[in-house]
Amino acid sequence: MSSQLQPIAPPPIESGPGISYNPRTARAKRIGARAALYSTAMFFVIFAAMPFAWMILTIFKQNADLYQQPMQKSPFSFWGELNQPPTLENLRFLLWDTNYLVFVKNSLVVGFFTVVITLLLAMPAAYALTRLSGGWGESLGIAIFLVYLIPPTLLFLPMTRIISELNLKNSIWSLVVVYPTFTIPFCTWLLMGFFKSIPWDVEEQAMIDGYSRFGAIIRAVLPLSVPGILTVIVFSFTLSLHEFVYSLAFVTSTANKTISTGVTTELIRGDIYFWQALMAASVLVAIPIAILYNLFLDRFIAGFTLGAVKG
Amino acid sequence: MAAPIAPPPTVPRTAPDTNRYLLDREKFLGPIMLLPAVIYIVALVGVPLVIAIAYAFSDVTVGDQSIDWVGLKNFRNSWGNAAFQKALKNSLIFTFVTQALVMILGNILALVLASDFKGKRLVRFLILLPWATPVALVAVGWWWIFSPPYSALDYILREIGALGPGGWWSNDNNAYWLALPDRAQFSVVLVQVWRVLPLATVILLAGLTAIPQDVREAANLDGAGYMRQLVWIRLPLLAPIMLVAFLFGTVFVFSDMIIVYIMTRGQPNDATQVIPHLAFMRGVQSGDLASGASVAVFLFPVLAGVAALMLRTARRAETS
Repeated sequence: MSSQLQPIAPPPIESGPGISYNPRTARAKRIGARAALYSTAMFFVIFAAMPFAWMILTIFKQNADLYQQPMQKSPFSFWGELNQPPTLENLRFLLWDTNYLVFVKNSLVVGFFTVVITLLLAMPAAYALTRLSGGWGESLGIAIFLVYLIPPTLLFLPMTRIISELNLKNSIWSLVVVYPTFTIPFCTWLLMGFFKSIPWDVEEQAMIDGYSRFGAIIRAVLPLSVPGILTVIVFSFTLSLHEFVYSLAFVTSTANKTISTGVTTELIRGDIYFWQALMAASVLVAIPIAILYNLFLDRFIAGFTLGAVKG
Repeated sequence: MAAPIAPPPTVPRTAPDTNRYLLDREKFLGPIMLLPAVIYIVALVGVPLVIAIAYAFSDVTVGDQSIDWVGLKNFRNSWGNAAFQKALKNSLIFTFVTQALVMILGNILALVLASDFKGKRLVRFLILLPWATPVALVAVGWWWIFSPPYSALDYILREIGALGPGGWWSNDNNAYWLALPDRAQFSVVLVQVWRVLPLATVILLAGLTAIPQDVREAANLDGAGYMRQLVWIRLPLLAPIMLVAFLFGTVFVFSDMIIVYIMTRGQPNDATQVIPHLAFMRGVQSGDLASGASVAVFLFPVLAGVAALMLRTARRAETS
């Protein structure tokens, strides 16, 4: 870490008019600024990542090591006089002795179909709003995006009614029906930004080459949209994994629960908490999602700035 | 009488007017491509929204699904209800305090991430973790951090001499974060800040990096120091994007029930009860749909206000 504190080729500091330039105080100032920068960054990293670090440590803790009363030994260590070495027993317990893999499978199925429905509906809608509408396309696009902000906590009661009318109560298909209600608005908005960046000439050239208006979209625009499609896949999938409220309201049987509800309701029995397995269940899903999210973050932010930032 | 000479038929390049070329007509293609998404949203968001409001004025329960009009009865019952009063107050205070902290911390953090330093990509990844991971799963992690007697946070506080016999904060071995009203409220706000800070930060960062270089160069030439540039140039230029970050955070915090559901269930004694969680308890756990809906519609004014402000921001961005 100490090597990082070395300032890397600092830019020459320009002194203002009439201010005498003292190299020594300037250097001290520069080092002070770097130190402030690194310590602020460090503070926020600890704040953001500490819970994850503790969750990951917990996974590998032996029961006798974790549940000591009174707590004499450091809970953050495995090695030392009083601590016990790390174990994989908790992971084994989670994967083979609980329904975790059932929840994972359910989440993957729901995520897959949510992605498919989102792509089928959001792609054409976003294209139509950017290219086939007059001036109202942009306004309608914003209106559709605002639908994403209507929270499940406002809609879940009537949704429950609709789901039972559809005879989907207590089934993962209820989630497949409902999750596109927030992924479609979100992804339509993302894709609109994306289609805007594809030049008109692409369709024009395809039509000159003899394709119909629709043919031009399929043959010329679609291949260029692969990064956009990928973004939609990632975000509709992760948003469906994030969802909790609908899943909690619609699904009550263990066999049909998703990760977010299954882990938080089924791995806790009465007063007995399987803390290590619980942490493993969270971390195993959370970290891969975080990595995926991070890869596509810039597109995500572009959508969230509502055009208030000109790129 | 000579018939006027018919003008030659104009052939529009992109829209030949025959059924065979239906897929060539933009007037046809546009709506056809847009409609499925719009129908989906109207059927599964628009309709439920209307029903949600209708529920609030009715006596519907899980047992009796018919919607009978009862006027403002549910709201009158709610107003006089201690749990509801606490929930409304908490929702507003939690959201406000969270957002105030997030705006301060988010600006600092965005300034940090806007400067160049080694390991920035890793720092950005770690700072984003709270937003990128499912809320329900990380709330479980926080619950574990707060839970006595094995609370890791309490262990640290004991090590630095704040807790335990002779501690400078308390003589207890544990802080009982989720069992004492004010500490439970603090804990909920802390986790909310932790969760929405990354979103605010990246939105603000996008705004910061979009400030044109020549603005800063001009300020440098004029001899403005870092703080003066920050207060008089960067922050004013950031104002619109700060509003955007504020609005998103407000929606996500105000409408969230997951953190409260997992960590406290609104306890102790409704000290951490919030509107969305109370609506869930009444509507789903007690089966009183009308009462739940009448609580949930209190989310509506705030959301509508946020939506209006967002539309204004977006429209300004469009015209500027």
